[in-house]
Amino acid sequence: MFGLDKKDASLLLIVAALVAFAPFLLNPFPEGSAMAQFNAGYPDLMQRFVIFGIFAIGFNILFGLTGYLSFGHAAFLGVGSYAAVWMFKLLSMNVIPAIALAVVTAGVFALIIGYVSLRRSGIYFSILTLAFAQMSFALAYSVLTPITGGETGLQLALDDPRIFGSATTAEGNIPVPGLFGLEMRDSAELVFGSWVFTFNVGYYFAAIIMLASFYLSIRIFRSPFGMMLRAVKSNQQRLNYTGLNPRPYTLAAFVISGMYAGLAGGLMASMDPLAGAERMFWTASGEVVLMTILGGVGTLIGPVLGAGLIKYMENIISKINSDILHSWFAFLPDGLEDLIVTLIYPFIGKGWHLTLGIVFMLVVIFLPGGLVQGGQKLAALFGSKKAKDPKNATTEPAE
Amino acid sequence: MDAIILQILNGLDKGSAYALIALGLTLIFGTLGVVNFAHGALFMIGAFCAVTLSRLLSLSHKVEVPGAVDFLGNPQTRDVPYIYDIFGESLGAGIIDWAVPLSILFAIPVMILIGVIMERGLIKHFYKRPHADQILVTFGLAIVLQEVIKYYYGANPIPTPAPSAFVGSFDFGALVGFEPGTIIYPYWRLVYFAFAALIIGAVFAFLQFTTFGMVVRAGMADRETVGLLGINIDKRFTIMFGLAAAVAGLAGVMYTPINSPNYHMGMDFLVLSFVVVVVGGMGSLPGAVLAGFLLGILESFASMREVIDIIPGINQVIIYLVAIIILLTRPRGLMGRKGVMED
Repeated sequence: MFGLDKKDASLLLIVAALVAFAPFLLNPFPEGSAMAQFNAGYPDLMQRFVIFGIFAIGFNILFGLTGYLSFGHAAFLGVGSYAAVWMFKLLSMNVIPAIALAVVTAGVFALIIGYVSLRRSGIYFSILTLAFAQMSFALAYSVLTPITGGETGLQLALDDPRIFGSATTAEGNIPVPGLFGLEMRDSAELVFGSWVFTFNVGYYFAAIIMLASFYLSIRIFRSPFGMMLRAVKSNQQRLNYTGLNPRPYTLAAFVISGMYAGLAGGLMASMDPLAGAERMFWTASGEVVLMTILGGVGTLIGPVLGAGLIKYMENIISKINSDILHSWFAFLPDGLEDLIVTLIYPFIGKGWHLTLGIVFMLVVIFLPGGLVQGGQKLAALFGSKKAKDPKNATTEPAE
Repeated sequence: MDAIILQILNGLDKGSAYALIALGLTLIFGTLGVVNFAHGALFMIGAFCAVTLSRLLSLSHKVEVPGAVDFLGNPQTRDVPYIYDIFGESLGAGIIDWAVPLSILFAIPVMILIGVIMERGLIKHFYKRPHADQILVTFGLAIVLQEVIKYYYGANPIPTPAPSAFVGSFDFGALVGFEPGTIIYPYWRLVYFAFAALIIGAVFAFLQFTTFGMVVRAGMADRETVGLLGINIDKRFTIMFGLAAAVAGLAGVMYTPINSPNYHMGMDFLVLSFVVVVVGGMGSLPGAVLAGFLLGILESFASMREVIDIIPGINQVIIYLVAIIILLTRPRGLMGRKGVMED
């Protein structure tokens, strides 16, 4: 199907089904119950799942296949956001041209930065990309304020030209991004007993793009080009001796992954039309590294899982507070309850970064292949034949 | 002329911090071959050693003020630090005033301990793994350390003043024959520079003139051969890791009066220090020190009004720009050795 073999096609179908039914799957607990705070089925968070999924898929094409660890990928995401918001300001509130320009701009940036950075490899490559990203961040924050909005960020205004659309709505407000009349923030609600499911236009739009990017990444992984990138990772010297120049391949991978980041940035701006320099800060680049590693470097589904997990943790764990903990452990004797709450408290709420850091370290130490490898190990443990099959749906994480 | 001298002086204190952190990073890289992304966190922990000590010293109990009553008729109390009871009021106040310099004594054992635990507990297991894994695990560790500090000390910067003897500035211009008032320099920054120079000198002397240092240098050149000679090089490298942690920690301790410590100061310095190390040349100790001061001074020159007027925004990007140019034209950095990290 679509030029994929059976395993990849079924993986794609499973992901498509999960994404399509996410509003149900992520909302398993009825409204108002004690577990309702674990529901992730609200539009804002679901959009973030898929958008960061795209970002991580793109990062994985570079890091997972070629082994080049870029610490400056957020720069492309930021550039994409700025481009998209400028499109909303100048052209119209239609998201298609905005996203197209975001991807192209990010691609051009990636071409320039990649051309320079890829002259070196290993840690030097990481430092070079980091330097470029920090430079972009510093410039966007200070000198380029007329283009980027500086500290306040780039926002829409009532007096923007918007030559193909209306500058204001009939009520005199700033229009919202949409796709031929469908507004990104429109939602339909389905009330089913005490469950409330939200279907958001923006989410489904982003989800369709995510599926397309996922499909593209499967094709890249399985193509001769992908094979070449893997050769770069496993032994660049041997590739050189064979008479092949790896530079065009790595540059292509870098640009593709930069365009994925730009796409994510454009989508982010489409959901909420503002862009700020902090999206380019190096911690944002670190975050996508975390996502990819956590899920599984060099696997197909890993980065999406990692992005989902981190965004889920960020939103859900950080909302838990000590009162909620107390109510969970209320069945225990008082002293024990207090003890357990005190023990868990540093890891929740504002401390979710601590949890993230610890989980990340454990994954790097014990599961270099990320959650996907963990899943495979578990499957092998329970003696399933499928997991022992070397040609399973996910590729072997290299190294 | 006076403007130039002023900028060089301004660059020295930041340059000193860069040089100290980069020195530690290079020590770790040169000995153990590990790229330590948690080094900035060590700098930060050093700074919080100073915070901790000054808090410990000011622990106080309430004492009734004889004869005085508040408006409700209860006897008035005032806080008296325990240290007054031990050393008497004047010496006690002096000790509290000198909390930051005293923290050096407190920070050295703490930092060496943390360094050794880090190396034995975690980094040891990563020698054989690719550099990307080392970067990632130390990056994770940096997040954890940072969050632990944030949990205990909060997210706000904690002002930690220098001893009152060093508060204020002196007129450097008048000293060397310029118009008075043209070159004014805070005392503490001068102290910081002198301290950094001392530490750097001590590290180099230790490596150059002691037997231990000689073995370590031999190990940096050829670890296996030194091992074959029956020397336990791993143990010495662990100690060097502790030493590098102590250098970063001391840099942090003394930096607290210049910049109030907060939990993410380490990360802010780390990125720049890595750039410094790469500019200086991976694995080269003199290169790291040289590049640290050079970039610190360049940064302060770039923030001169005259320069910003010509090239706007240059002060924000100068370090990265220099790093990019150096990496592309001199791939080994300023003083890099052959064969170190040349993949």
